[in-house]
Amino acid sequence: MSERVLEAEGLVVTFPGDAGRTAVVDHVDLAIDAGEALALVGESGCGKSMTALSLLRLVPKPGRIEAGHIEIAGQDVLALPIPALRSLRGRGAAMIFQEPMTSLNPVLTVGAQVVEAIRLHERVGAGEARRRAANLFARVGIPDPDARIDAYPHQLSGGMKQRAMIAIALAARPKLLIADEPTTALDVTIQAQILDLLRDLRHDSGMALLLITHDLGIVNEVADRVAVMYAGQLVETGSRELVLGAARHPYTQGLLRSIPALAPRGARLTEIPGSVPSAGAWPSGCRFHPRCPRAFEPCPRIDPGWTELRAGQRARCHAVANEEAS
Amino acid sequence: MPLHVWVNGAVALFALGAAVVAWRLRQSALWREAGRELWHRRPLALAFVALYGAVALCDAISWTDAEGTGVRAPRSLLERAFPADFHEASYSAPLASVEFYGGQPLHHPGAHWLGTDILGRDVLLQALRGARVALLVGGLTSLIAIPLALLFGVAAGYRGGWLDDVVLFLISVLFAMPGLLLLIALIMALGRGPVQVCVALGVTGWVSFARLARGETLKLRELDYVQAARALGVSELRIVVRHVVPNLMHLVVITFVLMFSGLVLTEAVLAWLGLGIDGSWGQMIDRARDELSRDPIIWWNLAAASAALFGLILAVNLVGDAVRDILDPRTLRERT
Repeated sequence: MSERVLEAEGLVVTFPGDAGRTAVVDHVDLAIDAGEALALVGESGCGKSMTALSLLRLVPKPGRIEAGHIEIAGQDVLALPIPALRSLRGRGAAMIFQEPMTSLNPVLTVGAQVVEAIRLHERVGAGEARRRAANLFARVGIPDPDARIDAYPHQLSGGMKQRAMIAIALAARPKLLIADEPTTALDVTIQAQILDLLRDLRHDSGMALLLITHDLGIVNEVADRVAVMYAGQLVETGSRELVLGAARHPYTQGLLRSIPALAPRGARLTEIPGSVPSAGAWPSGCRFHPRCPRAFEPCPRIDPGWTELRAGQRARCHAVANEEAS
Repeated sequence: MPLHVWVNGAVALFALGAAVVAWRLRQSALWREAGRELWHRRPLALAFVALYGAVALCDAISWTDAEGTGVRAPRSLLERAFPADFHEASYSAPLASVEFYGGQPLHHPGAHWLGTDILGRDVLLQALRGARVALLVGGLTSLIAIPLALLFGVAAGYRGGWLDDVVLFLISVLFAMPGLLLLIALIMALGRGPVQVCVALGVTGWVSFARLARGETLKLRELDYVQAARALGVSELRIVVRHVVPNLMHLVVITFVLMFSGLVLTEAVLAWLGLGIDGSWGQMIDRARDELSRDPIIWWNLAAASAALFGLILAVNLVGDAVRDILDPRTLRERT
């Protein structure tokens, strides 16, 4: 489409473990164009959030980014000096977190927090910043913004708090919004409103969106492209239509079958047996093979490489590679 | 310039500072609510503390009379409430009209409500003047100890690493030493003036709150809103000043109130060892000690100082308990 907003290649994030440093994010590649929405999907504990944090060099200690290249809005994130990195955070890419309940400072009014975010990146007077904060509140759909701006977080509902968080994230007009499970803590009707809001904002401003979620229903509603992550690696990527409609990787297929709305009508819901292995105890070869219904001889031994499928869809699976070859 | 002018200036500055803080707190609905709640719960104790404060304030403002109109030394507002020559030759019992030993008639018969001490000074006036010393000890020391504790505790908790190790080591070392011995050594080194004693108390008193602040900072540092601020590009210093320290303020207030009474009592112990501040209740009690062995017993000295001390400590502790109940987030949730 147009300009590349995010380009990450060979991203490796490691944490110290029992046997040296283990990679919780292992050679992940992501790319998002302006105005595009990419969903990063996977079960809990597979490294989604860590990937997101690493994009802004926010990996908590003792973790560290071991290798890779990240470019946000044309800037090499890993090479930036701290002051430049700070101005990139918020302006180049902003983040919203899973828990709106704890993502706002309880002793400051929400307005003060939006104003802080605005004045951090632009030299504007207090009055002007306040006016812009009220506009942002209106834009994210907070009713009666002029009054709500002076409210403390505990006076707002969960949905309102998440809207306020989004307003804070939008304060510096970021080119990329990283939303880490933005609706997980909200009930379903509020979820839909927040998702609509994210879509509208994207259409209005051409902002790119990296949506991290384990909910494929949300992916279906919001994303243009999907990247499925398992045990620190991407296992399948492609457009939403292809990944959700014609999933090739057994893990993606398993995820889809375990969701009521997306499973074939009348089919029995199936779960993927077992759970995500913990970092450091990842299986050899293909990391999914102990849980995979289609595992065969090479899977435990050889790490499958990417198999290019049609229209940019890629999967990391021996079985898929065989199908394509034949 | 004479000392009392400086003191007046300091009092004016302090009053201005208190007014500004109070005005700033009133801006915040959170604190306004807390203040109203406190007044609602403990009106009597608050009034008591305010009374002590007023007495201390009256004793802090002093000026010299014009030439030829009386005593040359500066006298405080409190002293001016009593006659200038309000003393006797020696002991007299409360409301007595003759001296305790010898039975000579007094200059001010029946006017010494709480009697006079060995040098004939009015005990009521002394007890009232003790309020200023007590508030100075509690207030000034807290002003030294709490910022010190915040600085070390927050820096250690937020920064972690070697800084945390150093501060924890310092805290452990200070904890390992008997506090009183350290205090005595410091006072010996610094001198016995009121400010020096406060500094010594502050330097030994910051450790426990520093540990508390460190622990709380460790918790706050991991919270989502600190992460979120970092993701917005807020600098580390600004995160500390705006997102960490304000969330410690309830602890600061609670610690201040609870620390206050402990400090006043510690000063009394120091006075008993002969290291107290001149004019404190501790010193009065210390002097009255000898008089308990006289026959007939001289009790009013000890009783006045102890009652004054007891009243302040009790009132402050009651206020402190209420403050903790109001500001502690756990009890806060139960109420709303």
